[in-house]
Amino acid sequence: MNSLLTAPAIMVGIGLFFGAILAIAQRFLKVDEDPRIEATNEMLPGTNCGACGQPGCLPFAEKLVSGDVDPGQCTVSTDDTIESIAEYLEVDAGRQEKLVARLRCGGGGLQAHQIAEYQGFEGCRAAAVVSGGGKGCAWGCLGLGDCEVACTFDAIHMNANGLPQVDTDKCRACPDCVAACPRDLFELVPIKQNLFVQCNIPLAGQAATQLCSVACDACGKCVADAAPGLIRMENNLPVIDYSAGGPARPDAVFRCATHSIVWLEKEQFQDQEARPARMG
Amino acid sequence: MHPAHHKSQTEDLEIQRVPFGKDYVMPLGQHIGVPSKPAVVAGEAVRRGQLIAEPGGFVSTALHSPVTGTVREIGDLRGVDGRFAPAIAIEADAFATQRVEPDPAMDWQSLSLEEFIDAVQMAGIVGMGGAAFPSHVKLSVPDGTRIRHLLINGAECEPYLTNDHRLMLERPAALLEGAEIVRRKLGAEETIIGVESNKPDAIEILCDHISPGQPVRVVPLKVKYPQGAEKMMIKSVFGKEVPAGQLPRDVGVNVNNVGTIVAIADYFLRGMPLIERIVTVAGPGVTYPANLIVPLGTPVRDVVRFCGGLKGGTREIIMGGPMMGRPIASLDVPVLKGCSGVLVFTEEQTSRRKEYPCIRCGRCLEACPYFLNPSRFARLARARMFDEMKAHHVFDCVECGCCTFACPSDIPIVQLIRTAKDDLTHRKESHG
Repeated sequence: MNSLLTAPAIMVGIGLFFGAILAIAQRFLKVDEDPRIEATNEMLPGTNCGACGQPGCLPFAEKLVSGDVDPGQCTVSTDDTIESIAEYLEVDAGRQEKLVARLRCGGGGLQAHQIAEYQGFEGCRAAAVVSGGGKGCAWGCLGLGDCEVACTFDAIHMNANGLPQVDTDKCRACPDCVAACPRDLFELVPIKQNLFVQCNIPLAGQAATQLCSVACDACGKCVADAAPGLIRMENNLPVIDYSAGGPARPDAVFRCATHSIVWLEKEQFQDQEARPARMG
Repeated sequence: MHPAHHKSQTEDLEIQRVPFGKDYVMPLGQHIGVPSKPAVVAGEAVRRGQLIAEPGGFVSTALHSPVTGTVREIGDLRGVDGRFAPAIAIEADAFATQRVEPDPAMDWQSLSLEEFIDAVQMAGIVGMGGAAFPSHVKLSVPDGTRIRHLLINGAECEPYLTNDHRLMLERPAALLEGAEIVRRKLGAEETIIGVESNKPDAIEILCDHISPGQPVRVVPLKVKYPQGAEKMMIKSVFGKEVPAGQLPRDVGVNVNNVGTIVAIADYFLRGMPLIERIVTVAGPGVTYPANLIVPLGTPVRDVVRFCGGLKGGTREIIMGGPMMGRPIASLDVPVLKGCSGVLVFTEEQTSRRKEYPCIRCGRCLEACPYFLNPSRFARLARARMFDEMKAHHVFDCVECGCCTFACPSDIPIVQLIRTAKDDLTHRKESHG
């Protein structure tokens, strides 16, 4: 009878002893975590996309509370969320200009000339390592949707013409598509800028236009027509300097014979028709 | 692996010379390593065999004009991989005799090892088996490493190709001369010529030509793929394995293709730099298959036209062997130093079969000569877990194609591996 009580008594004793140690540790060794970190983290989208430059949402929340970053650097949150975080932390929202991903190529199935048929694993990078896919242009969009797969926010969908259409409402300007594209065609540009070059061919004249009907032939008319300093030619392609040279106006695109420089009122590649059946 | 040989189409056909055409394109980066630097300008008249580009660095070779004519342009032109790369375009002079006035033969015996290696570089000689790795780099042995054996690769394990086979049959003397030059220069004790046993005539001819006292041994090898991969060949001949990450020279062996050795003999004994090579044109889609001497830079279009053109239903043209070669996207692509074959296939051989899920049968693991795990690579590549693949030694893969050949589910394993390697190397460039 006696031994029957001893074991539980010892267990209870040990329990109480360690409990007391924990209670003391809790009292004296407690690490004070700023409750605002947890609260801020709750407000962030939790996608851990990395677009802000931090490894994830919690490290971003820590930096927010310490004041190293602005709430606006989270490109994924809506404006309301940014405002409420800024209000909660009593800091300036520091709203950044909204960027969207745009494709520096307009050569879909209807525009770029096909010289061969690609059969194999359906992926851009896979096609790029096999003689560069079927398109004659070695710099343009391969159209097999690596970016569509890579996009965290479901903002990219391949259209009927075989070009990725970016939903600008959903696009959060994280660099997923930029990293995924084997031809480095995506660029993150401010959404309010309408002027954009949709070509990546570093060739001039007929060498370029025989590859694709919307290729830039490096004629330089856009440079002449735009505000001085806005556009410069680099490597046979116009480069737009959004930060300098005054406001961009649609003048620059009027005389472009191939429509390789465009004035985007809405999203790229809207209302495109289906591409023709594959050659061969 | 034992893929069907398909060699009977061309193995009995004597090597012929392709007549000179009009347009020639010499890409500056047709070997592995740094591109060459052009030594001519547009509009300049060039002579056949004249130096047109100098080596751009140590891992780089010289280029020589394949024809007498004029330099049309130096600019970006379409290369074999579909990309545009710097190249020298030469228009042949229709009235030129195209006779080479070779430099006088060199007294190779008096050259020091360094002079010899420089000469190989200036002759533009690269590995002729397909990889096009500059030969002088392979011949440069660091101090403290001793080469005991010179192994000459006459395996030609790729199906369809017969160019090395014909070369051994038609120029055994040149091969043995070249072998002697390289062996003496490297200070190797013995030369071993490895030939797959499906070429008994080549083995016989080589044995007949060995002069008494020359330390040459011809070793018949089992017919299997990839017997001609240098590490595989060393294992077959010497029973030694070359550890991962090490080179054949670390086990005292130097491996060279038969074509490379003949090119060395031609340069040192006859003063001919590397301006042409032997190409097997074969496959069910070509009208008259042939083994041809093709000047470098000849467009595939001209080569195929000489062979009677393409048959109807042609779907794919592969440069190199069917296992490791690459399909070309344009007939304007030139024949390069590393191009051992132009193979033409029809719908029947190339239609893509339906892909099934991996059934974990393990045949790719059995097939892999490097004891890697191809099925795991395929799964990781699909999941884009490329870093994981690196941890599983994806860079030890030589892309021989055995796993894909063995796969009963028709999974494009090698293509997935190539994609992953491309992603890994590409990202390394962009992120420091």
